[in-house]
Order: sequence, then C-alpha cells, then structure tokens
Amino acid sequence: MKAAPFEYSRVTDVDEACAMLSDDENARVIAGGQTLVPMMAMRLARPSRLIDINHIAALSYIRADGDAVSIGATTRQCVIERDVLVKNKLLLLARAVSFVGHTATRARGTIGGSLANADPAAELSLVAVTLDARLSYRVGGRTETIAARDFDIGAMTTSLPHGAILTAVQFPVWSGKVGVGFHEVNARRSDFAFASAAAQIELTDDGKCKRIAIGVGAATDHPIRLESAERQLKGTAVDATKVKDAVVGALADIEPMADLHASADYRRRVAASLAARAVADARDHALGKKAHAH
Amino acid sequence: MRIELTVNGNHHTLDVEPRTTLLDCLRDNLDLKGAHAGCEHGVCGACTVLFDGVAVRSCLMFAPQAEGTPITTIEGVTPGPGELSPVQDAFCETHGMQCGYCTPAMILVAHALLADNPNPTREDIVEAISGNLCRCTGYAQIVEAIALAAERMRGANRPSERQK
Repeated sequence: MKAAPFEYSRVTDVDEACAMLSDDENARVIAGGQTLVPMMAMRLARPSRLIDINHIAALSYIRADGDAVSIGATTRQCVIERDVLVKNKLLLLARAVSFVGHTATRARGTIGGSLANADPAAELSLVAVTLDARLSYRVGGRTETIAARDFDIGAMTTSLPHGAILTAVQFPVWSGKVGVGFHEVNARRSDFAFASAAAQIELTDDGKCKRIAIGVGAATDHPIRLESAERQLKGTAVDATKVKDAVVGALADIEPMADLHASADYRRRVAASLAARAVADARDHALGKKAHAH
Repeated sequence: MRIELTVNGNHHTLDVEPRTTLLDCLRDNLDLKGAHAGCEHGVCGACTVLFDGVAVRSCLMFAPQAEGTPITTIEGVTPGPGELSPVQDAFCETHGMQCGYCTPAMILVAHALLADNPNPTREDIVEAISGNLCRCTGYAQIVEAIALAAERMRGANRPSERQK
C-alpha cells in the first residue's frame, strides 16, 4: 500500500499546470486526491509526476453568475455542503453532496476532481448531468466549455483533451416553484452507489409540471438523463402511476453495469424505483410538502 | 525533497520522498505513532489527523502537500504533560475504546466536530464518526463519549473561539 515513486510539483497558475501536463503524458493532476491517492497506493495508478493544483487560488470559489452559479474546480465538497448560495439556489447539489464519501473525504475532495474522475457512481457527475451544467477547462492558453452530458463518455473516462485541466462548473439556476429529490442505494452509507437518481421539477401555479429533469447514476457506465420520461411528464400533474410507467419505459433500453454486488437487472429495477421516488420527492418539495427523508 | 511541516505547533524541516504519505511521515519521520496505519487507502479512518482543524485522512495525502498547513495529531490535543483533553477523559470514562486502534482518530474527529458544533445531536455525532471503523465497541460507547465530552465542554468556563 505504498505508491510508486513520482515527482511532485506544486503550481499556483493553471496555465503552468497545463504546460506541465502537456509535457509529460504520464503526469497527473492532483486536487483532493481522495480517489487518486488510493489508486496510487494500490498501484492501479502510477503517474510519473503529480501536479498539485490545490494552491491555484483562482480555482476555488462559489459565485452567482447571471442565471447560474459557478463553482471553481478545486472548491472542496465540504465547502459546497455548507455554502448559503448553493443551499438557496442549487438545492439538488446541496442535497447530493452529503452522499459523497464521508466528512473526512469531503474535507479534501473537490468538485472538479470528482467530475474529472468520472466514477459512474459519482453523485456530483449525476447532478451536473441532471442540471445541464457546463464545464470549463483550460487547454493551450484558452478556455473551452463543454456540456456535462457530453463530458462523461464511459467509466472513469471523459472527453477532456490531453493537457487540459477542468477549471469550473456552471450550474443553471431554476426559478419558480422548484423542488428536488435525490436517492441512492448502496451497501452502507457513504459507499459507492449501486444506483442513484436525481430529479428537479418546476411546477405551474396549478401544480402541473412545467419543467423536469431526471437523471440516473451508477446503473450505467456514466450518468444518464431519462429524456423520454421527462417529455411524458411535462404538462401533467406528475401522478405516481404515470411517473412509474415513464421511468420504467425510459430505463428499458439502457445497458446497466453488472458486478458481484449488483446485477444488471437489479440495477435497472432499483434505478426505476429511485427515479420514481426522486420525482415524487421533487414534486412534493415544489408543492411545499415535506420530502421523504433519505 | 525538502519540506517544512508544522505539527502540533512544532516546526520541522524534513527530507522525504514525494511518495511518502503524510501518515508515514508523521509516524516514521516524526515518531508520532498515534496516527495509526490501518488500510492505507482511505477506508478505515484510523489515520485521521486535523489539517487546519479539519479531520482528514493522512494516508490520502502526500507529505509535501501538507507543507504550509498546521497539523494536529492525537499527541497534540492534550492541554499539558500527563493531562488528557475532555474528549480523551470522556472516552476513558464511558469505555469508548477497547483495543484502541481506532481511538486516536475517533478522538480527533470528535475534537473537529465539537470545535464546529458544540451542541451536536446524536445524528451529528454518528455522521461525524461514520467514516471511522471500530471493530470492538459497537460504536455505542463512542457516541456516548462524544456526547459526554460535548456536555462537559459546553459547561466549561472558558472563552469560545468566537470570543477570543
């Protein structure tokens, strides 16, 4: 359980970090390190150089950004968990972040690190996909952006180009009668989810669905949106039977992962139940009823 | 590489390989054996230390990353030689430990929790220690110990961080 030797560089400028990353294809960026360090301890990762971006001050912030909230890539998960702007504007993120690891790992883990790591079960990736977040990265001296749903392309695999560093994530803020729901199933609290679901809904004054986003994580190799279910539920009163049918239908064609802990059928079935529960919670929340405890 | 660490208020200049975890550095270079090596990949929590007052896993950090941030280990929580912190006292009194392997980490997590939240609910305590495995106690006495420490620390006649 000791990492293989590597060189260590602490940088204070993102372009300097990008240049180092481009120069050495075996170099890796380290932010919170809560996944990378155990991978290195188990020698599943053997980077030649670690580029420590924790001291790039410009990458750590949470701020209102027009109709969105922008969060710097190295902002710690524990900071997001307690942030007032996040609590007020991005309740889905606020709810989901408490499911990420435990207190001691959230104290180091960063939002950008979690997104760039692209674990299929990552709660933050699921929220980013569900809320149509936009990710910014720096590469070759310029800043590019990409939609969260185009970012994760497989398990632990993103479309981030070589030499690029994720710098920020921008979450659109919904206004009006908005409610959220988040559920996951795992063997024990804080462990990797077998299936997870996130939902955000906006209701009209007469309680009809004006806008809805439903995401499922951990079931497939990257988080997905249940777009057909979203289309079917829009304009309806979001009653339980319709929700169940819509999410089961949307999950019929997915290719769930299977392993020792959870079979493909199990993941599909649980994902449908969790998605239905997340939508019900979101609706109740928007209507001002008490959401189910997670 | 040469690094400078501040641990329990003491300044150290050390020569370490970059791959040395903070845990190994504390144990092997600074002889602070209270930081326990359990799983060494972030699962058990036995290596917990306070990093600028916040509980983190010292096995999930390389020693050079800790440069410039004050670190507290279990050796640094006692008010003076031969004394125990209120949390340590409470662990003794409620039998909050058996084999002792998880204990330094549990106590540091409790210190971090109580510095932030002097009046934790049972759920707050359970959540705070949820990342730390104990294979002996069944956790009940640990929760009891932290609740007792919280009660005593609230009653103690001393200025809070805010009033200082």
